[in-house]
Amino acid sequence: MDIVTFEGVSKIYRMGEIDVSALDGVSLRIQGGTFTALVGPSGSGKTTALNLIGCLDRPTTGQVIVAGVDVNVLNKRQGAAFRGGNLGFVFQDFNLLPVLTVYENVEYPLLMIQNMPKEKRKPAVVRALEAVGMSDQARKYPAQLSGGQKQRTAIARALVGNPALILADEPTANLDGQTAHTIMELMKRMREEFGTTFVFSTHDPRIMDQAEVLFHLEDGRLREEPSMVKEAAHG
Amino acid sequence: MVKVMRLAFKNLLRYKRRTLLTGLLIAVGVVAVIVFAGLSGSFKRAVVGQITDSVLSHMQIHRKGYVASIDNLPLDRMLMPQAYEKLSDILATEPGVAAFSPRIKFGAMLSNYAQTTNVRLNGIDPDKEERTVPLLKQRIKSPLHNDTLLKPGEVLLPEVLATGMGIKTGDTVVLVANNKDGSVNGMTFQVAGVVESLMGPGGRDGYLHIDDAAGLLRMNQKEISEVAVRVKDIDRVDDVANRLRGVLEPMTNKQGKPMFELHTWDQLTPFSNIIRMIDLLTLGVKVILIAVVLISVFNVMMMSVYERVREIGTLAAMGTQPRRIMGLFVAEGFSLGLVSGLAGAAVGLVALLMLNLKGVETTMGQGNQVIALAPSVAPMEVVWACTIVLAVSVLASLQPAAKAARMDPVEALRHV
Repeated sequence: MDIVTFEGVSKIYRMGEIDVSALDGVSLRIQGGTFTALVGPSGSGKTTALNLIGCLDRPTTGQVIVAGVDVNVLNKRQGAAFRGGNLGFVFQDFNLLPVLTVYENVEYPLLMIQNMPKEKRKPAVVRALEAVGMSDQARKYPAQLSGGQKQRTAIARALVGNPALILADEPTANLDGQTAHTIMELMKRMREEFGTTFVFSTHDPRIMDQAEVLFHLEDGRLREEPSMVKEAAHG
Repeated sequence: MVKVMRLAFKNLLRYKRRTLLTGLLIAVGVVAVIVFAGLSGSFKRAVVGQITDSVLSHMQIHRKGYVASIDNLPLDRMLMPQAYEKLSDILATEPGVAAFSPRIKFGAMLSNYAQTTNVRLNGIDPDKEERTVPLLKQRIKSPLHNDTLLKPGEVLLPEVLATGMGIKTGDTVVLVANNKDGSVNGMTFQVAGVVESLMGPGGRDGYLHIDDAAGLLRMNQKEISEVAVRVKDIDRVDDVANRLRGVLEPMTNKQGKPMFELHTWDQLTPFSNIIRMIDLLTLGVKVILIAVVLISVFNVMMMSVYERVREIGTLAAMGTQPRRIMGLFVAEGFSLGLVSGLAGAAVGLVALLMLNLKGVETTMGQGNQVIALAPSVAPMEVVWACTIVLAVSVLASLQPAAKAARMDPVEALRHV
């Protein structure tokens, strides 16, 4: 079953007097449970595509359907509610809240977005931290963590609400090669453990190899049909 | 709510120095309001107490038209005995009245056999006067009696005249007065004491027994210039005055005109304008506090929003509702106001306590009246100051918080 569908999606940004086309008539389908990568050089439209999937932005034309919902019709409040209930985000710069501990960062979506009671919240946070191997760092603040540990925490934060889809924008761009490989392995393991679909963007060839499905973007267009790198586990 | 406040406190502590400085500014503002309100309030109470408890009393009732010519001390606008009796009955039954005292006010010539001068005098019933203006006794220097203000045949002279003429307690003086028909009468009196001067109307008057006043003025029947009235609770003086006016105003003379006029203390003394000025100054300090809180909290919150654009984008991307993002920033402003306001209130109250322990004195008039102030502030004044700080803190946070809530997550995440 497709968890993401793009039908003729275009996105044009207005920069001063000039219209810049970030995506141009893109149509794609991402199957649920896959480990999918959007690849391409800088400016190819990867982040724009992720923003559209993440309901952070709207297409200029075309239709974006995520988890069966046409995201074009969602207003700001509905979009936030949809993201809070269905999506998880992993950022290139980790984007952890510096005033919160590792535990509190992972707890944030359940506490502040889903308003989950404490008795349900605590086991979920503990499970997510254990899954990413950060249980022993739970009391530390982001400033006390390495880059890899920060990204593990960010993955735990994205996973804790058990979302259908996790979007990761260049999740390894700020990590060294070994740590990047470990993080990708972790994300794949989490996909297995939590059954969550992962869609990430990258322009690093070493990371692309980890994906099961690759969508090549160039100048806002899909360059070719998706490459099936490996058989999707839940495809 | 608790979780939002907790996060707000954590964010405030992120920039400790900035938060501390802003909090300090707000706290100093609250301290200033509380100390100023405490000092000005006690000054007001002390001076009003001096004026009402030693001269004017809380209100005065005259025959209609008397106050318009009060500076002339007219003897043709007196309350006749029947009118005073009616008035006495009314005042005796009014539950808000603590005491009242009839006075005969007139001008006379004072002579010590060597010099002569003019003097304003009050004929009083010593017992009633003492109950109505209990601080009068404290103003008498070298009193002849400790148990009463004066006895028949005695006079209390104002300090300025006594000093100028070299008159002392125990001396004999002559008072000469014209009655309302113009005939002159003179009597000798023994000086029973010297009365300290006080600012305001009646502050430099002398006193003699009411029977002597009636005799000196050759009154066939005792006519009364004014009735000074003391109420049980000065804060309710207007309520009592209104009730009495309701009873007195319908009472008319044979010509169908009102018999009485009633004035409260603030209508009789120019000091009420000074009190209004003090109240205005207190309001000014409060307005400054509001401005300080508004500007400082707004500044801090705006800086906070601009410094955390990516963080706001992250919160929004994760699905935090705009109203919750707004709530987070408003809670920060609220927390800043709450902590600073409470700290300021605590320091302000301690400062007032220390001022009380140390003792604050001020002089009035010619510098010979020392008023000991007991600075204190009503609990509601403290609550008001804290409430204003909180309300203004929230108000100042609203615009930055709304800005944060309106941010486009894509733009915010792209922010460097």
